Amino acid sequence: MSKLESKIPEGNVEQKWSKYKSSVALVNPANKRSLEIIVVGSGLAGSSAAASLAEMGYKVKVFCFQDSPRRAHSIAAQGGINAAKNYQNDGDSTYRLFYDTIKGGDYRAREANVHRLAEVSANIIDQCVAQGVPLAREYGGMLSNRSFGGTQVQRTFYAAGQTGQQLLLGAYSALERQVGLGAVEMYSRHEMLEVVTIDGVARGIIARDLISGKLERHFGHAVLLCTGGYGNVFYLSTNAMGSNVTAAWKAHKKGAFFGNPCYTQIHPTCIPVSGDHQSKLTLMSESLRNDGRIWVPKKAGDTRKANEIPEEERDYYLERRYPAFGNLVPRDVASRAAKERCDAGFGVGASKMAVYLDYKAAIDRYGKTQAKKLGIDNPTAEQLRVFGKQVVEEKYGNLFEMYEQITGENPYEVPMRIYPAVHYTMGGLWVDYNLMTTVPGMYALGEANFSDHGANRLGASALMQGLADGYFVIPYTIGAYLANEIRTKAIPTDHEAFVKAEKEVQDQINKFFAIKGTKSVDHFHKRLGKIMWDKCGMARNEKGLIEAIAEIRALRDEFWKDVRVTGTADEFNPELEKAGRVADFLELGELMCMDALNRKESCGGHFREEYQTEEGEANRDDANFAYVAAWQSTGNGSWELHKEELKFEAIKIAARSYK
Amino acid sequence: MSSGNMKITLKVWRQRNAKTNGQLATYQLNDISPDMSFLEMFDVLNEQLIVKGEDPVAFDHDCREGICGACSMFINGRPHGPKNKVTTCQLHMRSFKDGDTIVVEPWRAAAFPVIKDLTVDRSAFDRIIAKGGYISVNTGNAQDANSLPIPKVDADKAFEAAACIGCGACVATCKNSSAMLFVSAKISQLALLPQGQVERVARAKNMVAQMDAEGFGNCTNTGACEVECPKGISLENIARMNREFYVANLKD
Repeated sequence: MSKLESKIPEGNVEQKWSKYKSSVALVNPANKRSLEIIVVGSGLAGSSAAASLAEMGYKVKVFCFQDSPRRAHSIAAQGGINAAKNYQNDGDSTYRLFYDTIKGGDYRAREANVHRLAEVSANIIDQCVAQGVPLAREYGGMLSNRSFGGTQVQRTFYAAGQTGQQLLLGAYSALERQVGLGAVEMYSRHEMLEVVTIDGVARGIIARDLISGKLERHFGHAVLLCTGGYGNVFYLSTNAMGSNVTAAWKAHKKGAFFGNPCYTQIHPTCIPVSGDHQSKLTLMSESLRNDGRIWVPKKAGDTRKANEIPEEERDYYLERRYPAFGNLVPRDVASRAAKERCDAGFGVGASKMAVYLDYKAAIDRYGKTQAKKLGIDNPTAEQLRVFGKQVVEEKYGNLFEMYEQITGENPYEVPMRIYPAVHYTMGGLWVDYNLMTTVPGMYALGEANFSDHGANRLGASALMQGLADGYFVIPYTIGAYLANEIRTKAIPTDHEAFVKAEKEVQDQINKFFAIKGTKSVDHFHKRLGKIMWDKCGMARNEKGLIEAIAEIRALRDEFWKDVRVTGTADEFNPELEKAGRVADFLELGELMCMDALNRKESCGGHFREEYQTEEGEANRDDANFAYVAAWQSTGNGSWELHKEELKFEAIKIAARSYK
Repeated sequence: MSSGNMKITLKVWRQRNAKTNGQLATYQLNDISPDMSFLEMFDVLNEQLIVKGEDPVAFDHDCREGICGACSMFINGRPHGPKNKVTTCQLHMRSFKDGDTIVVEPWRAAAFPVIKDLTVDRSAFDRIIAKGGYISVNTGNAQDANSLPIPKVDADKAFEAAACIGCGACVATCKNSSAMLFVSAKISQLALLPQGQVERVARAKNMVAQMDAEGFGNCTNTGACEVECPKGISLENIARMNREFYVANLKD
């Protein structure tokens, strides 16, 4: 018998959500006042959920480890947010956004959730504009759109290269308004370290006050985990330094199934690693691939400078391999192709783990167009260069500046060096249609859940999902649960379940300090990252994954024997915070490898080398793997696999090709 | 490949917690690479301290790409260091010379008490926003986004003000520890937009009142905040806030 009840409403996919909304149980205003909700995480999903639920009358507590809710990593999203508004009159519709998202996810997402996401996408834009979010506009005063990967319409709304910042500050302002009104209690610099369950139902959390070190018990009728993704298991990623899996992992160990942990998105255009000191990777917007050409030298191990390599000795490998899409192939394809060239010895730069992203052709081309516009018939080479540079600067100036700041090289003069980096995790806690995990009363929203992006996320869809879950989904779906909770009185936190959970946290903290080892937390985190990147990264195979599992287990043993956590428990202690997070990554990494090992097919961001076509493309196996892998923790580092079959009723399942 | 050959002398503010006194401690670092970010140099320092069993330096940081606003080091007398329009996390060691001595202190302001070492408490900013840095619109009440055309010039100006990352460099550099650049950026963003008109008067008064209550100083038009702001927030916003505030009081 399956333990996975997805609770997808009956009916056509177009009608499920509207029917659900009109029939879901409601909680009357007086009862809302006595129902308490805990929200962990203050990014787009957390802030929007907390603000919306507080507006409805629930008593809400919000926790974030940062010094302010405004600093959650949603803030770093650059490109934009998708919405099926069809403002451009280019044929967009709810169905098309739904279809693009399912196809982009390589047919590994749940239809009903994705359709709902597409339905509410338009409301998100309305809500954000009403809050005063300054999205980009045209001269007529209307909102502006741009294109993004994997679609043929212009449906991406944006605010320069800071869309995530502006949307988060909108949600943050809504949240702070509720804080000011006393409807939300905000706990900044607090980290959730355990879930409290009573009779298998979520009843609260244990949080650590990061300044005093004190452990606190908090009761809630429901607990919402809005804690983002787990890309930092790779140590190097585009995630923030503090991004972690701890909240989700503690929930997992308390009974929440983990869905598709192996689905990781590797973004092709990031600034490459410059040395062992590297602490994080910086994304260069996907938009750069519109005009830049990607190449490596034709000769392996070529040590000449880029500008000294003549045209005929350059290999524009994406244009060569994918003539139809060229430099604009999807993220997963572009990333794998770069890795293939570097592994074969054609990489560039000091580390040889980079490829060139070259703007010379674009500068020449724009220079000529600009000269024509200005009516200059015989422009000099210098004039062409200056004109071309001006156009490129207008389009991509801020990105070029950022590149120069980080690398010290001028990308107008020498090609940029780029390499793929971990960016987003499509996997996460398994949730049903209500966004509830397999633990009653515990929900997962945004990147923390698995539900909407299948095996690969399209650009500008992460912001959409975070806000959809927080503003427009959870306010309805939580009623289905809380309507039956109105008779549950707040449980005093001296209840034995709270005492026990706090003791578990305290024991782990004591254990860290007792080790008194010789190596820092970062030391172990870097080694874990290297195992994950080499063997569970852009390409995976059976041998490597089996080795990785053994290596992770050995590393975990070593960590628990030899880690050095400085300072004490009762003070502001970032080393202790990191130790807890890395301890959880050391367990998650193993599960990711197990999931990757189990999934004997290639789909989206999951590429198994054994399962590829003759041309080296991903070979999906719908007959055997059209399911969500939901892993149940059975204790002592073992797991049981449950499968949620994916049914495609509205969309015909098909192969993806970019040749 | 990681190590470079820069030698750096660091003088870093060490303070155990808010209740104790602090002092500058001196550390020698060798093999610093010019490609390291300033915070990665601190990672190197902390790694050395941990291995020796000493307490690493606590500092705020998160995104390390210049947008979250967490990082906050006062470097050689300037918030976020020697380069303009750059946060500490984006500053790289190639901006320094081999053999340099670098003094690193926390933000210093009465309203930003030190938590530990280089980490300060900036929650005062959140409390100011909670007093009016929003538009009172509940989820689900919004009209269609394009039913309210906004001139591009206004939208762009609002965006420029909204680009503030709330790092507090303006306060740290101001001789009066004034938060007026921060507060005025939010007041301006909302005053420039039609959605912000309804609550305009109350917003200016309430946010300014909270700013004063938190212990931030007044503005004497020195302009250091604008120079040191990593996001280029303009002093014009303070002028606009002052107008908003005077008008709000006249309407009483």
